[in-house]
Amino acid sequence: MILLPLSHILIFSLLLFAIGVYGALVRRNIIGILISIELMLNAANINLIAFSKYTSLSPETGQIFALFVIAIAATAAAVGLAIVLALYRVRKTVLADEVNLLKW
Amino acid sequence: MPILELAAKFGTYVVMAVILVFAVGVVTFRNLFHCALCLAAALIGTAVIYVVLQAEYLAAIQILLYVGAVVTLVIFAIMLTEHLAGKTIRQNNSQSSLAIAGLLGFVALLTGLILKTPWPVTETALKAKVSVMGLGQALMGAYVFPFEVISIILIAALIGTVVIAKKDDPEEPS
Repeated sequence: MILLPLSHILIFSLLLFAIGVYGALVRRNIIGILISIELMLNAANINLIAFSKYTSLSPETGQIFALFVIAIAATAAAVGLAIVLALYRVRKTVLADEVNLLKW
Repeated sequence: MPILELAAKFGTYVVMAVILVFAVGVVTFRNLFHCALCLAAALIGTAVIYVVLQAEYLAAIQILLYVGAVVTLVIFAIMLTEHLAGKTIRQNNSQSSLAIAGLLGFVALLTGLILKTPWPVTETALKAKVSVMGLGQALMGAYVFPFEVISIILIAALIGTVVIAKKDDPEEPS
């Protein structure tokens, strides 16, 4: 049962990834940047599962890697948001360009 | 049943378009709370794509972990830092047009590459069915080492998160 060509799924995930990169580049709010990174990880996951469905010799491989990516994304979100909270407590800001203590 | 297949195909494209619309919402809305809700919608749509690709277990994990845990965490963080996301603060930096130009080039290049590459789509791979049992056996067999590494990372991240986010003790010199 084949639904759509592989290239369409790849282009879709490429667009999703590009939107995520755009958000990570232009957002000032650190939480917004973290949300955009989640979007990018999601696009990568779609690619992994599409490849495991369409081309893989052992079809479990792609799904297991997607599982690992989801686990790492959850830890990244948890640690990132903890850093944001600690930063907010000290500096009273969540804007990335106002955290410039180490810049000169 | 060609009609049903056509409808399924059309529906998949509609879901993809809706996900892209929500993703644009994630990066453009001024109110971060709306962004987080759009992210939840986009992630649920991605779970639908997983079901289309016959990865039902991954779809369930996606909804449980992403929509259930990560989005909740993001909303908590937004609530805790809320009053800075007011209307008067600029939410984007001044590199928007540069980023759009660069990303258009990136997307054009990769689209050309994707369309040109002869992907080795095999009939055996398309017919293969991944069961939850097969996933578990692969996780405990061939991929047991990365599985254990993931568990160590999870523990380390858990402890690190608590240490970073806890309030500093006022008596303790920091």
